Amino acid sequence: MAKICFVPASGTLAAYLSGEIDHHAAQGLRREIDAQIDSRMPELLTLDFSGVTFMDSSGVGLILGRGRYMSSLGGRLTVQNPPAAVRRMLDLARISYV
Amino acid sequence: MKMINQVKFTFLSRSVNEGFARAALSAFLAQADPTVPQLADIKTAVSEAVTNCIVHAYPDAVGLVTLTAALYENGLVRITVTDRGIGIPDVDKAMEPLYTTGNPDERAGLGFAVMQSFMDKVKVSSTPGRGTRVTMAKRLEAKG
Repeated sequence: MAKICFVPASGTLAAYLSGEIDHHAAQGLRREIDAQIDSRMPELLTLDFSGVTFMDSSGVGLILGRGRYMSSLGGRLTVQNPPAAVRRMLDLARISYV
Repeated sequence: MKMINQVKFTFLSRSVNEGFARAALSAFLAQADPTVPQLADIKTAVSEAVTNCIVHAYPDAVGLVTLTAALYENGLVRITVTDRGIGIPDVDKAMEPLYTTGNPDERAGLGFAVMQSFMDKVKVSSTPGRGTRVTMAKRLEAKG
């Protein structure tokens, strides 16, 4: 089960993800993140993975999909603080992070 | 090669069961005392295989997914994930990285690539209209 906590600031929106991100969880996370993007229209969306304990390729789809959505709105996305298990998946998908 | 223990369970292809499959498998594998990275690799590969059944094998219906896991004397773990869904017409094409028949905006097309990367061996056999069987194996190396 995954959870998400949003921290908005001027022009930016940070989404702190936690728990297990699989295909089941990604569907709800996608809806929640997109709703926040639509209402706040941030220039920068930051996805923070520090609390994520498991992620399969559904998480990669979640990141790529949100990246494309932010680009279509003229914004951008960054990924930060992935734990080791998440880093392995990001490296496989060639997604950069800070 | 002697089998030490085996478990087999069948569940509906509902996405909420992805977490169940990982948790049940983890509980079974605990007796083999895997390292944290080994267990993470196996859980990830199985999550991909089970998700494939839910997203692709039964796209417009709910069907049955069967997971079998076996432990062998030499530390080998063998896992089979089977469905009776629509099958894969071209297995080689389906296993190409980034190829997906799912929604390209939300699916990365990395399922089989992850299984191959995280497990030692992956074998896929499929018959259109009959279903798909994914067999994966990983050797749990002795802890240093």
